[in-house]
Amino acid sequence: MRPFTYERATSAQDAAAKVAATPGARFIAGGTNLLDLMKLEIETPTHLIDVNGLGMDKIEAIDGGGLRIGALVRNTDLAADARVRKDYGVLTRALVAGASGQLRNKATTAGNLLQRTRCPYFYDVNMPCNKRKPGSGCAAIGGFSRPLGVIGTSDACIATHPSDMAVAMRVLDASVETIRPDGTTRAIPIADFHTLPGQTPHVETALEKGEMIISVAVPKPKGGTHIYRKVRDRASYAFALVSVAAVIGKDGKGAVALGGVAPKPWRVEEADALLPKGSKVVADCLFAGATPREDNAFKLTLAQRTIAAVLAEAKA
Amino acid sequence: MTEGYGAISRRDVLKTSATGAAIAGSLGPGNVAMAQAQTAAPPHAAVSLKINGKATRLELDTRTTLLDALREHVKLTGTKKGCDHGQCGACTVIVNGRRINSCLTLAVMHEGDEVTTIEGLGSPDNLHPMQAAFVEHDGYQCGYCTPGQICSAVAVLEEIRAGVPSHVTADVSKPSPMTTTEMRERMSGNICRCGAYSNIAEAMAQVAGVKA
Amino acid sequence: MKFDQPAGTNPIDRMKVVGKPTTRIDGPLKVTGHAPYAYEHQELPGKPAYGYVVGSAVAKGTIRSMDTSRAERAPGVVAVVTHRNAGKIAKGNFNTAMLLGGPKIQHYHQAIAVVVAETFEQARSAAALIDVDYARDGGAFDLAAAKVDAPDATGSDAPTAVGDFAGAFAAAPVQLDQMYTTPDQSHAMMEPHATIAAWEGDKLTVWSANQMVAWGAGDLARTLQIPPENVRLIAPYIGGGFGGKLFLRSDVLMASLGAKAAKRPVKVALTRPFMGNNTTHRPATIQRIRLGATKDGKLTAIGHESWSGDLEGGGPESATQQTKLLYAGANRMTALRLAVLDLPEGNAMRAPGEAPGLMALEIAVDELAEKLGMDPVKLRVINDTQVDPEKPERPFSQRNLVRCLEEGAERFGWARRKAPGQVQDGRWLIGMGVAAAFRNNLNMKSGARVRLSPSGQVTVETDMTDIGTGTYTIMAQTAAEMMGVPLAKVTVKLGDSSFPVSAGSGGQWGANSSTAGLYAACVKLREAIVSKLGLGPGEAVFENGQVHVGNRVADIAAAAKGGEIVVEDSIEFGDLGKKFQQSTFGAHFVEVAVDRYTGETRVRRMLAVCAAGRILNPTAARSQVIGAMTMGVGGALMEELAVDKRFGFFVNHDLAGYEVPVHADIPHQEVVFLDEADDKVSPMKAKGVGELGLCGVGAAVANAIYNATGVRVRDYPITLDKHLDKLGEVV
Repeated sequence: MRPFTYERATSAQDAAAKVAATPGARFIAGGTNLLDLMKLEIETPTHLIDVNGLGMDKIEAIDGGGLRIGALVRNTDLAADARVRKDYGVLTRALVAGASGQLRNKATTAGNLLQRTRCPYFYDVNMPCNKRKPGSGCAAIGGFSRPLGVIGTSDACIATHPSDMAVAMRVLDASVETIRPDGTTRAIPIADFHTLPGQTPHVETALEKGEMIISVAVPKPKGGTHIYRKVRDRASYAFALVSVAAVIGKDGKGAVALGGVAPKPWRVEEADALLPKGSKVVADCLFAGATPREDNAFKLTLAQRTIAAVLAEAKA
Repeated sequence: MTEGYGAISRRDVLKTSATGAAIAGSLGPGNVAMAQAQTAAPPHAAVSLKINGKATRLELDTRTTLLDALREHVKLTGTKKGCDHGQCGACTVIVNGRRINSCLTLAVMHEGDEVTTIEGLGSPDNLHPMQAAFVEHDGYQCGYCTPGQICSAVAVLEEIRAGVPSHVTADVSKPSPMTTTEMRERMSGNICRCGAYSNIAEAMAQVAGVKA
Repeated sequence: MKFDQPAGTNPIDRMKVVGKPTTRIDGPLKVTGHAPYAYEHQELPGKPAYGYVVGSAVAKGTIRSMDTSRAERAPGVVAVVTHRNAGKIAKGNFNTAMLLGGPKIQHYHQAIAVVVAETFEQARSAAALIDVDYARDGGAFDLAAAKVDAPDATGSDAPTAVGDFAGAFAAAPVQLDQMYTTPDQSHAMMEPHATIAAWEGDKLTVWSANQMVAWGAGDLARTLQIPPENVRLIAPYIGGGFGGKLFLRSDVLMASLGAKAAKRPVKVALTRPFMGNNTTHRPATIQRIRLGATKDGKLTAIGHESWSGDLEGGGPESATQQTKLLYAGANRMTALRLAVLDLPEGNAMRAPGEAPGLMALEIAVDELAEKLGMDPVKLRVINDTQVDPEKPERPFSQRNLVRCLEEGAERFGWARRKAPGQVQDGRWLIGMGVAAAFRNNLNMKSGARVRLSPSGQVTVETDMTDIGTGTYTIMAQTAAEMMGVPLAKVTVKLGDSSFPVSAGSGGQWGANSSTAGLYAACVKLREAIVSKLGLGPGEAVFENGQVHVGNRVADIAAAAKGGEIVVEDSIEFGDLGKKFQQSTFGAHFVEVAVDRYTGETRVRRMLAVCAAGRILNPTAARSQVIGAMTMGVGGALMEELAVDKRFGFFVNHDLAGYEVPVHADIPHQEVVFLDEADDKVSPMKAKGVGELGLCGVGAAVANAIYNATGVRVRDYPITLDKHLDKLGEVV
């Protein structure tokens, strides 16, 4: 870990402006992913701005329905919020399927969206990795790809986004609300928040330099049955091989998104309409153009079967 | 990428040593260079926290994790470093009533916080009920993950009582029941390679007053 | 004391303390965080500096050049040690690769430097500033490819043959011929390898996490080329080992080199992401098993071949070991073949040989039972043997495998087991599996010193280690039993090379051998007390802090009135292990549920029935077995070091990538110990259980999965992708 200076932010805009103006500056909130990566010198900030004191830890009702979730709301608190449990069960379910109790107590809503891939080659600084060191190549392609992506990837990167929460946010049509260094704010639809790797896998989100997440808004409740089904090798405390977030109405219609298969929460809106027709057509639609590797081709079958399990559960 | 340092090519020295010439025990010229090592101190910051009820002020390299602050600066070595990356739970401590991985948080971020470590829960002759239950049910073997398991276990029972849902809670719109299934899921961030899980579940059930 | 005749009646047989479920005497220290592990010792000769180890970025090749100047100039740096300035370093007897690499690199993450600085943060940061230029060589990293021309292993691992295997197999009316694979596995103990090293003149003291104190101290002296008497190794608490801490590892060497260069104590802990490739692992195997049987299930031909790889000069994973002894059958063969691979060093992990061997053999037996239409418990029972099948003149010292199987079947409700794929519970497919457990009992010479103080306190000193095995407690129980004092009157000091050399912790020999060594020392102390008190001759009975000879009685403390009595002895084992085959036995029963949609397996119930001689402390022994069962679930379902065959390393080298079981994976576990005492093994009449508990678990899980799904998987771990597409369509 390289040396860094440390300060506590006084306001969101001030923090954003400082990160924009100071080379090597980064926000730190929960720190559970950033510090992990700093120890390995995958992240090398020279100045940390601690935003934990900025409030932004409330969950508030939005006029006309919906919730505004502060960027610093801890995963545990978001999962445990009575309104979330009642109306956004898929979000609670996704949150409690992720990480461990200790990590959820620290990890924040914004940090969860911003966490980086768990690709083992990204984590090993001796290995080529276009995400970590642009232009160095991708060691995962042709290597141990079992945990990695099957769709939305590129010939430069096959990493997946590891979040569970973000997959639920995707089916809920959340939007990510930010403040920019000049004080202006904007809302980025979750669909556009994470970017695909293409030839620039080191670029992972739509955020501009210094732009800071202040909240995440979820629109008014969709009703229906909320399911988050996470499949992994052990029963808990592991990243998803495949996960399925779904909100399904009594009529069998709804929304579905996948985790563990792509560089971002994977949703294809046309697939939603196919839900009443069963898992196969849904999966075919979601995976049109997929480029699985030898080690991870099973994810296509697994995703289809997991969708089938979710549909059966919704029906039950 | 330069070859060696100082006047002697290190490759030559190795050739010599490989053929048996005596350089054993001698240390290369590296030490001389090190005597002139620059001393620009890395950034430090002060932090005041309350550790096991005791006000503690530390002046730390900003890079110091809460875990290393406890172990190397406050000499509270009960909190363990198992992975240093949030993958094992051995470093679990309770901060402001909540369990966290002390390896993935900077000490300087804890200004004013109350930290409870395993040493703060009980002492060998005055065990916390959870500590006593671990002894009674043999909820450990090598003991290295144990402080983290116990800190977690104490907090888990509180989390269930406080109604925090878990992955195995059947209906998340309702409070979670106090069962060993709930405990097992919530304890899953604390790895025990000796495999004492079954015994830990019994220890926790005893403290919680439920059937294992 | 020589142990070369079966034990007669002795004071241990009273079982007033030994054999009683006893909570650990070190428990209160462990649960409060007061037990000091290697990195935590505070009483050091000087303020410690921190060492951070740098590993090779390539698997095989040569360091062309190395620039340490930036690291040396970094803030706080005290020393940088590499092969260029380390002095002459030799290889320890127990190591295959050099612990300090360079210029030649033998495996990925082989240590090439240690950076010593005032703080951990400074050392870690400076370590990243070392620039190394490598000439990378091609290597062999693929066992399946290297298997083709792997030669037979030699020495005690050489092929064995009895009767006419080929002829008997060809003629057998029922045959099984299958291939199985087990992956590379990581010990993944919770405490990383860690050492504090301190030099005082030419004397070196290391506080180090090591299972075998004498081996470690000896190899440290050898590696540094210094006299063995100049090395002291201290290891009172060890945060797990499982074989990963049997030998000197790079933490010890690099801390010692760093401390010498820094001229002050140096602390080194290997980082978790470094451990997977820097330290040892259990090597992968490819196994072929051929079984021939009569129609009524009698085995006539047993053939087991196994291929594994290791660095040049390394050894095979002896996966055929148990097959020589487990079942009767007149015609048999085993062969181990060893390929040279340039992956990190393979070496012992809990139950080396038997653990992966039984993972394969006990699936094969299940498959044969199915071919025969016979219950797999019965198939095992009818092929039991009471003698070494390769040398029938050699009986087992004690063998109750059949009872383990039958009692287990009864307790587990085995009779309720149905044909494969027949039981469903909602979305779950339910199955039961069984496997035999078998692990040889090994004995090792073991010494101890015992002191009796004027207050009647008995103090035990031995370099034996407690790696979670409960050694502190069974040593205290043994001394209490022998000396007739309560547990509170016994102090146990372990893990210090200045104490008498013990068996150490490995090969599940620790409990029996080390307590037997203590038994020998206590016999001597009893004699010294009787003599001092002038009570002899006659049989002495020690109880309640007193010694009785005939109608004469005295407090034992009185014997030490004039000064502490100190005696030392060791147990040495004669040829009873040659005359009798000494082994431990068990049966594992497992019930699993497999999600019929996703193929995920979850274990629902587990039972082990063990026959392992006298159980010294049922509490700790049970913990050893449930812990081993947990590791067995890991091996069956998730554990695998993933090999990158291009770069030649284990890719998933941390605890996020290498998954081991968590709380939620493990149900309540049942363990039953048969009431035994084996007089051929030691005066304690005990054998090991710590490795037995692992042997066969993987296969019992695998067989249960097959029983649930009807899909046979022969490649471990049985992750969902291996059977997913055969579980039937779901829409």
